[in-house]
Amino acid sequence: MAKPRKTKKIMLPEEPPLSRRPRAVVVGASSGIGAALARRLAAEGYVVAVLARRKPKLDELCAEINAQADVTSALPYPHDVTELEAIPALFQRLLKDLGGIDVFVYCTGVTIPVAIDEFNLEKDRRMIETNLLGAIAWLGRAAALFQRLGAGHLVGISSVAGDRGRVLNPAYNSSKAGLDTYLEALRNRLTRHGVHVLTVKPGFVATEQLKGSPRTFGVISSERAAAGVWAALHGRKQLVYVPWYWRWIMLAVRLTPSFIFRRLSF
Amino acid sequence: MKAQSGATLPLERLVRLENFGHSLSGSAWLYQPNTIEQLEDLFALARQQGLSIGLRGAGRSYGDAALNRGQIVLDLRALNRIRSWDAQHGRITVEPGVTIEQLWKAVLADGWWPPVVPGTMFPTIGGCLAANIHGKNNWQAGPLGEHVLEFEALLPNGKRVTCSPDKNSELFFAMIGSMGLLGVFTSITLQLKQIESGSVEVTGWTAPTLPKLLAAVDEHKASDYVVGWVDCTAFGNRLGRGQIHVARYLHSGEDPNAEASLNLAAQVLPDRMFGVLPKRLLPPLMAPFVNNLGTWAVNTAKYLANRTLGNHKTYRQSLVGFNFLLDYIPDWERSYGRGGLVQYQSFLPKHLAAQVYLNMLRLCKRSGLPSYLGVLKRHRPDKFLLSHAVDGYSLALDFRVTPGNRARLVALADRLDKLVIQANGRFYFAKDSSLRRSEVSSFLGASTIQKFKALKHKVDPDNLLQTDLYRRCFEV
Repeated sequence: MAKPRKTKKIMLPEEPPLSRRPRAVVVGASSGIGAALARRLAAEGYVVAVLARRKPKLDELCAEINAQADVTSALPYPHDVTELEAIPALFQRLLKDLGGIDVFVYCTGVTIPVAIDEFNLEKDRRMIETNLLGAIAWLGRAAALFQRLGAGHLVGISSVAGDRGRVLNPAYNSSKAGLDTYLEALRNRLTRHGVHVLTVKPGFVATEQLKGSPRTFGVISSERAAAGVWAALHGRKQLVYVPWYWRWIMLAVRLTPSFIFRRLSF
Repeated sequence: MKAQSGATLPLERLVRLENFGHSLSGSAWLYQPNTIEQLEDLFALARQQGLSIGLRGAGRSYGDAALNRGQIVLDLRALNRIRSWDAQHGRITVEPGVTIEQLWKAVLADGWWPPVVPGTMFPTIGGCLAANIHGKNNWQAGPLGEHVLEFEALLPNGKRVTCSPDKNSELFFAMIGSMGLLGVFTSITLQLKQIESGSVEVTGWTAPTLPKLLAAVDEHKASDYVVGWVDCTAFGNRLGRGQIHVARYLHSGEDPNAEASLNLAAQVLPDRMFGVLPKRLLPPLMAPFVNNLGTWAVNTAKYLANRTLGNHKTYRQSLVGFNFLLDYIPDWERSYGRGGLVQYQSFLPKHLAAQVYLNMLRLCKRSGLPSYLGVLKRHRPDKFLLSHAVDGYSLALDFRVTPGNRARLVALADRLDKLVIQANGRFYFAKDSSLRRSEVSSFLGASTIQKFKALKHKVDPDNLLQTDLYRRCFEV
């Protein structure tokens, strides 16, 4: 007889019958928008599984959330999104521990600064693997689940940076543009199955990722960004800029003709 | 985590499963074994994946008995062979996925009928036995488990056992009625009921109050079948009025068409209502009436029509027509709308039933959640470990579920539970979706729970067999 696979047993508290709490998974929750969103979802009554590389950060976040709620609301799962082959097993375990998933958020993202004349495959590859490949691996699994359930919310935290290729960080722009397109394709596949796919494009948010970024303005807090995501999730929006005015800034940016854009250094 | 790649379950196995009432749903990895060997392989697979297994038949449980959210569910309907049929003694051996429909169709022409059937022919025998179902003849015939001569089972610890009331009797009386949490029935031998005719003689009449209805049901408990319909929407003293139906098998010589009545052709449910209306149109036509006012109007019309037009009429009806009332309208549960329904069935001792059921019906009405259908039956105790039966009555109440009323329904169920437990009443896992662990402990009693858990630990040391119901009602 095969040996049972040993996994640490996760105990959720007894829930009222017929009215179980909704379940959310947030990938990339150790800090920034992900952590704020996990806090927000827990406050809204969700059971939230939080995934990120840094275990101490995750444990800290879960302890904080669970101390605030009177019942267990957050469960930590240390995970590196670049370890693609670990994803199927972890997905299966999440499904088991949570008993289902209603909201799936992919929030992991890195910006690795590159010099304006630097072409560094190692840096570029890390950004593509984390921001795009990891997203495709996770969102694809969640999409398969939601398609079969005929319900669910898929959320991808992209960036205004995906709207144009700019001089500062070509690979970062590409990763976010790729994510936008992937999410759009998922939306076109899944809307007919009753699944909601939300693309979020934050502007500048005060996160670790932003540190060292040049020329920032109108920086908002992670909490404010998370509130924007929650509102869009609740309102079944398809694409939102956070805060809202970035929609108009980016419209202007997108409409800027190439002969001008080529001459800009932003 | 990294080393486990490639060993996970394929995404194609992921499905959405619902309860019969469409009020609960969830995802699960679904497998459908064809043989006992495949069943054993799937046990090994689940162990290797660190997942539990929920057993599912036709998915006709009202609650969460056949759901195992996020984990593995085995659909046992492909194990549906009739292994042997002894027409002389009425003994049949079937695999668990054989349905009640398959069963009666196989034996009717030889003059036999399942001794106990639920109100629908679609459940599997394995599911019926796991729930230890009862019919409208519970006082006379007991639950289905009392007609099992023996069964074979595969236990999660890998053992294959044969159980009968004399052999491995502890497991026999525990596995029947334990909702598939102790093992998988792999073969079931039933003693069937010999019949002379495919028809029963039915008499129906109305009772103006609930105590009178209960008294009438009690008075006729020795009939072959007795069942009451309860109007849970009427006002004042009329609340709980209803109609009683009594039926008996026909003796030899009573039915001039006895032989023809044993043909399948005589046992067809009409496909039109009132001779004209195609039945599949009914759920959408019923839907506008499935609310408090509409149901009150329909119930009142039904009660008055039966009181004036059909009172005390005796008529003959096919066994199928009489027994499988719920199958008259295909997908009738869809008329409850997208939120689905739940059923609340409670069993009360005879002497307390009138008062407590009236209190319960009043509580439902006061909460603005009157039951849209109430069904009354007479019961007697049995020897099964997780028995739902008492010497008394059961009242099954159907409630519509909407996104807005779930919390109120749970609150109502909690208050009803208190009344039932105070009266030493019991509950039925095939129907239940609202009990909590503390309430299950109260009605089963600490020693029964302990016995069940000890037995579960013995036959299933890794807790391989689990369902949503198990985690809700038993696991601590």
